[in-house]
Amino acid sequence: MIYREAGQFKTSYAADQQLFPIRQDRIGILILLAVVFLAIPGIASEYWFSAILIPFLIFSLAALGLNILTGYAGQLSLGSAAFMAVGAYAAYNFQLRIDGIPILISFGFAGLTAAGVGILFGLPSLWIKGFYLAVATLAAQFFIVWCLTKFPWFSNYSSSGVISAQKVVILGHEFASPREKYLLVLSIVAVMALAAKNMVRSSTGRAWMAVRDMDVAAAVIGIRLMPTKLLAFAVSSFYCGVAGALYAFCYLGSVEPDGFSLDMSFRILFMIIIGGVGSILGSFLGAAFILLLPIFLDITLPWAAGLLGLPFSNATVSHIQILLFGTLIMFFLIVEPHGLARLWQIGKEKLRLWPFPH
Amino acid sequence: MFKHRKSVPTAAISIALLAQGAIAAEEQFFPVLSYRVGPYGANGQSFFGGFVDYLTYVNLKENGVNGVKIVWEECETEYNNAKGIECYERLKDKAKVSTGPIHTMSTGVAYALIDKSKEDKIPLAMMGYGRTDAVDGSVFPYAFPLVTTYQMQASAILRFIKERGKGGLEGKKIVYLYHDSAYGKEPIVALQEEAKLNKFELTLIPVAHPGNEQGAQWLKIRQENPDYVVFWGWGVMNQTALKAAQKVGFSRDKMIGSWWAGSEEDTVPAGDAAKGYMAATWNVAGKDVPLIADIEKVVYGAGKGNLQDTSKIGTILYNRGVSAAVLSVEATRKAQEKYGKGKPVNGEQVRWAMENLDITDARLKEIGATNLLPQIKTSCTDHEGSGKVKIQQWDGAKWIPVSGWIEGNKGLIHPLFQASAKQYATEKGIAPRDCSKEK
Repeated sequence: MIYREAGQFKTSYAADQQLFPIRQDRIGILILLAVVFLAIPGIASEYWFSAILIPFLIFSLAALGLNILTGYAGQLSLGSAAFMAVGAYAAYNFQLRIDGIPILISFGFAGLTAAGVGILFGLPSLWIKGFYLAVATLAAQFFIVWCLTKFPWFSNYSSSGVISAQKVVILGHEFASPREKYLLVLSIVAVMALAAKNMVRSSTGRAWMAVRDMDVAAAVIGIRLMPTKLLAFAVSSFYCGVAGALYAFCYLGSVEPDGFSLDMSFRILFMIIIGGVGSILGSFLGAAFILLLPIFLDITLPWAAGLLGLPFSNATVSHIQILLFGTLIMFFLIVEPHGLARLWQIGKEKLRLWPFPH
Repeated sequence: MFKHRKSVPTAAISIALLAQGAIAAEEQFFPVLSYRVGPYGANGQSFFGGFVDYLTYVNLKENGVNGVKIVWEECETEYNNAKGIECYERLKDKAKVSTGPIHTMSTGVAYALIDKSKEDKIPLAMMGYGRTDAVDGSVFPYAFPLVTTYQMQASAILRFIKERGKGGLEGKKIVYLYHDSAYGKEPIVALQEEAKLNKFELTLIPVAHPGNEQGAQWLKIRQENPDYVVFWGWGVMNQTALKAAQKVGFSRDKMIGSWWAGSEEDTVPAGDAAKGYMAATWNVAGKDVPLIADIEKVVYGAGKGNLQDTSKIGTILYNRGVSAAVLSVEATRKAQEKYGKGKPVNGEQVRWAMENLDITDARLKEIGATNLLPQIKTSCTDHEGSGKVKIQQWDGAKWIPVSGWIEGNKGLIHPLFQASAKQYATEKGIAPRDCSKEK
């Protein structure tokens, strides 16, 4: 009853083509932005910023990148963590080697570098598809990590191979506290997420989806496969690259190539599978599920065990946590194979009719 | 019945842990970032079992440090950097009131926390791992690579080879076989300096993580036929290397590992192949150390032991956990001496104490830890405090020390730390403290 677009007439093309055509959605997104930009910085604790919100936003961005490639353009990739590594190391080197370069420009260049590398490793997608392509992107994962380990120039000849991110200074202001870093990450993620939402409904996005659904048919109606696929790789890697730079500069502070392991690529892939393949919102929901649920279980399980007087040691709690986490993943995939974003979609449909059944 | 009896104390402990929501004024809080599951869970169980057992022991035996009860909370990191940060942030608020040093037992987590812990004024202990240039306390006031570092350890191993061979190192061929990560790379610079000084031939052979396939590397070693292999292995890589060495017929008593490659967890799975293999260590194994025997009697006698598998008591890693706890407790004791006996101490005060530790053999004897670990005396310019290791040899059933405490070449290695710390200071824009003005 509340969530219904009846009576909202579109009288111009601009109104018809806007990002959120339903008024309730527009209001909803504004409220959401107000909450995350204004309310949360006021009430969240340092723990929330550095352990929960910042990693959540960064991984959402990486998942968003992968979702563009896999969800929209249909190219399965296992190299997301490697593209994040490229972004992190590129941002570090731009800051190190170019005197006085603004940090946001470094982040942008880091994204572009990752995009370049992404195009390179996207080339096999012109000949191979599906699982075979996943194996080809696996090469990116191993090659990039090896490369960053092998050539000490990338880590400025640090004896351990670990790089320590420089300070984040914008217009003379240092973003040092977790709250400031959160706001910086949030701004970047918000802008890039809106850009992605815009992109996927543009002609580029439609071309991606056409290629995803059937590339022969897409070629027949005049979509050039090579630029379309490579563009998807470039944009996806750009997002991952920026996420990697933020991961190094605003979250961990110091990174080593081994940190960007295949394991991390898989986690990002699971995020989009659980959140919803081919959905912007799904990237955020998936990242929240994969990152926050273990922490939530970790905190509540010992408490629940204590309440029930169960003899759980720390290790047992960790094992149960992993068990429960796996079970929940299976549960959600069985209940809704299209991911959490689809659940949200169904919820919206229901809301439209509420309180009437039909 | 047995099961029931065992479960009661564990339940009591878990409830006690929960009840720690607020820390009483007379309690000293220890944040414990442990890992008991995950790829290195087996190692973590022994280490953190020993760590927690000693804290329990101090509570039972002396009613805490000068009457201040030790309380602690464990958080599982699974040896994962991101989880480590999450745990640190979770325990931080409590640690701001009173804290013992945090032992991460992970170079990655230590690196990630090094800046944060300085801001939050919580001391970080990295006993025998990195970041190693934190030896220079003028740049890293809150980080303590206590006892020994990779570089000093590598240098000590070379000294052992030199003294054992009698002919010196000149003209010898030494292969450095290492885990290709921060851990394995840190000693390289020290080994290269040593090679220049002692005129031996150094060959570097990296092994990619996780290192369960080393055929090519050992083929190369067989071709090179070196006098010694210095081995910086890790996890599953260790047993693989021992088995591969046996396969190509390289004598294991010419293979010397680092202290991450010298525990029962490494040699027992390698079986016969491990016999004769040597490794560096900064603490000895066995229950013949009085303290270890007493912990077993007092803590496990009272049914408050942390380990479920009591056969691990007295292993290298268990004793290492105890050693780490001994130093942590000694640091809070020292801090109490300066800032008020019988009162909990905060991170800043413990930091001061860790920088002014002076644990002599006499003090170690009082605790019952004679020969468990070397003497330690730290200062602002030397956060390491010892730099000594023992070399031990696996006889097929247990580790036996085959040397006294050997000190690495401090004059050669410490300037390397200072140079690296200086570079870090410039990169990060840190103004180093003036150590001559520290008291």
